[in-house]
Amino acid sequence: MSVRVYVPGDSAACSVGADDVAVRIVELATAGGVTVEVIRNGSRGMLWLEPFVEVQTAAGRVGYGPVAPGDVAELIEAGLFDGRPHALGHGLVEEIPWLARQQRVSFARVGLADPLDLDEYRRLGGLVGLGRALAKPAAEVADDVLASGLRGRGGAGFPAGIKWRTVQEAPGEVKYVCCNADEGDSGTFADRMLMEGDPFTLLEGMAIAGTAVGASIGLIYVRSEYPAAIRTLRTAVDIARIDGWLGDDVLGSGLAFDVRIVEGAGSYVCGEETAMLESLEGKRGMVRPKPPIPALQGLFGKPTLVHNVLTLSAVPQILANGPAAYQALGVDRSRGTQVFQLAGNIARGGIVELAFGVSLRELVEDFGGGTYSGRGVRAVQVGGPLGAYLPDSALDVSMDYEALLAANSMLGHGGVVVFDDTVDMAAQARFAMEFCAVESCGKCTPCRIGSTRGVEVIDKITAGIDPERNLVLLEELCETMTDGSLCAMGGLTPLPVRSAVAHFGEDFHRSANGRPRQ
Amino acid sequence: MTGKATSGRPAVTAEATLLEALPPEERLILPCLQHIQRAIGHISDGAVNVVAEFLNVSRAEVIGVLTYYHDLRRTPPSAVVVGVCVAEACQASGVRLLIEQIEHDFGVRLGAGTGSGPIEFIKAYCLGNCALGPAVMVNGRLVGRCDISRVRAAVVEAQVVPR
Repeated sequence: MSVRVYVPGDSAACSVGADDVAVRIVELATAGGVTVEVIRNGSRGMLWLEPFVEVQTAAGRVGYGPVAPGDVAELIEAGLFDGRPHALGHGLVEEIPWLARQQRVSFARVGLADPLDLDEYRRLGGLVGLGRALAKPAAEVADDVLASGLRGRGGAGFPAGIKWRTVQEAPGEVKYVCCNADEGDSGTFADRMLMEGDPFTLLEGMAIAGTAVGASIGLIYVRSEYPAAIRTLRTAVDIARIDGWLGDDVLGSGLAFDVRIVEGAGSYVCGEETAMLESLEGKRGMVRPKPPIPALQGLFGKPTLVHNVLTLSAVPQILANGPAAYQALGVDRSRGTQVFQLAGNIARGGIVELAFGVSLRELVEDFGGGTYSGRGVRAVQVGGPLGAYLPDSALDVSMDYEALLAANSMLGHGGVVVFDDTVDMAAQARFAMEFCAVESCGKCTPCRIGSTRGVEVIDKITAGIDPERNLVLLEELCETMTDGSLCAMGGLTPLPVRSAVAHFGEDFHRSANGRPRQ
Repeated sequence: MTGKATSGRPAVTAEATLLEALPPEERLILPCLQHIQRAIGHISDGAVNVVAEFLNVSRAEVIGVLTYYHDLRRTPPSAVVVGVCVAEACQASGVRLLIEQIEHDFGVRLGAGTGSGPIEFIKAYCLGNCALGPAVMVNGRLVGRCDISRVRAAVVEAQVVPR
């Protein structure tokens, strides 16, 4: 008897013991005379259940989690290999409500198979989009992307199709596609999980983009904090080259497109597109003024299509299933799906991909199950370190680009970080300024100097030194940073600070012993 | 600092040899520095000269890049390097308390005085494990749901397992 068992190889799963669980399963199965085939799949995104073990049965895949190495013997005893019930069991994985309620498009394949098994990738619908794209004129491919309503998932939300057209129509022999995988926002990990769990989807999206806009070279700028993603991507590129869909003749089209993986060096601001381009040129990651826009003068001054991992990863499905299917999802001008990431102090954290328009409360309460600590939710930060802190009363906001902007917040890269009622919001505001001071590229004064002054002013406020006047000063400083900074780093750091003051003002009026000051 | 190489000649030769092996597209300041650091562990003053000469740029340009990126270092790393995520999601999961415990137990200040002992603790700003925080990275290995005992265990493991 041979049993197929899935144990995620995702680095989040491995961070809580998935490797040891996989080894233990093989050891005990062998000792019991059972032949097991352990597949290291990507993670399903139910991170609170990691390590999440799945067993293939006649009825489908049955899941167990969180499985500690010490649980394996008992699980096998209880009939793990037949998918029998157990306290750690969750039944058929496809029927787990948390997963079944999602609308997975970009993450459709993540967790299903060995991420580097190209046969499985094809069996699950991979490379259909690239094939369709190569069969039609390049202009129509850009039209499809435009018609899908896809907007940049890195945070800015610019219509992707317009960028494609601009690069397509830009004069020049040499053009580039640059994928921004410098996922530095705290609370976000979707890029990492996709690169580790389904790297071919990203490469396929880049190949579609490259062949459509006339670029023959693609670069993926991956942050150094993601060593596993870098390894997986490099192997995936090798496999795709051998298979003939990257390289001199993409799928026999006569078009050349190849991808290179470039490792970052620890700089948050390199997630800003022009700073990333500078870094790709080997320089300091300093922000460039715009114009010129990268679509016309990007990497080494050549027309460059810059997109986030999630934007490019949506493209294969758009081409495979047609733009209308993608456009049919979502609300208003936010079309398609967003990969939300539930993080921080949350009971059920992980990846929730849904059409735009779900409420933040549904994400935090229904999917997330409230806090991990079991205490009340006090604040939720949406959109990374430059995103606003929202109180409970604001959680009914619709999760789409425009509704969040209207609520003085922003979607960013889709990260949702939950804090319980022990959080000190003045400390969080101070951290926002401190982070900006650490990571500022230094090119513009409001960001470079303003962030340091911001830390000092907040320290004065919390120390009780002339708090009312210093709060006015803080607001003026925020205004200067917002209006005068060159990029989002300095321009948006005031967002978490101002939202903390606006919604949690009491935290700025405490004395050192934590009691409200008179 | 003088323009003269301060480290020994053999090391600098090693660095020059390393650079010769780089493909044309990586003959830029940052990839050169990363390549040297991967092989040697840090970038010495002598290596700065080697890179400047190799790329025909000024030392100032090389030092500009070297000092810009948090990852790049001018002193050798400790045998065990622990990156502690101090960003928001891990703050929400209790990293402030964990940092206090680390500083108390290991007698260090997070992010201060690196590379001088057998273990160094550095600040990391997000390791992408935000649903399973607090997160630390020990010699490149990610550890989730950290408390002080898990940090201690990971450090011990890193001390006996080669990188």
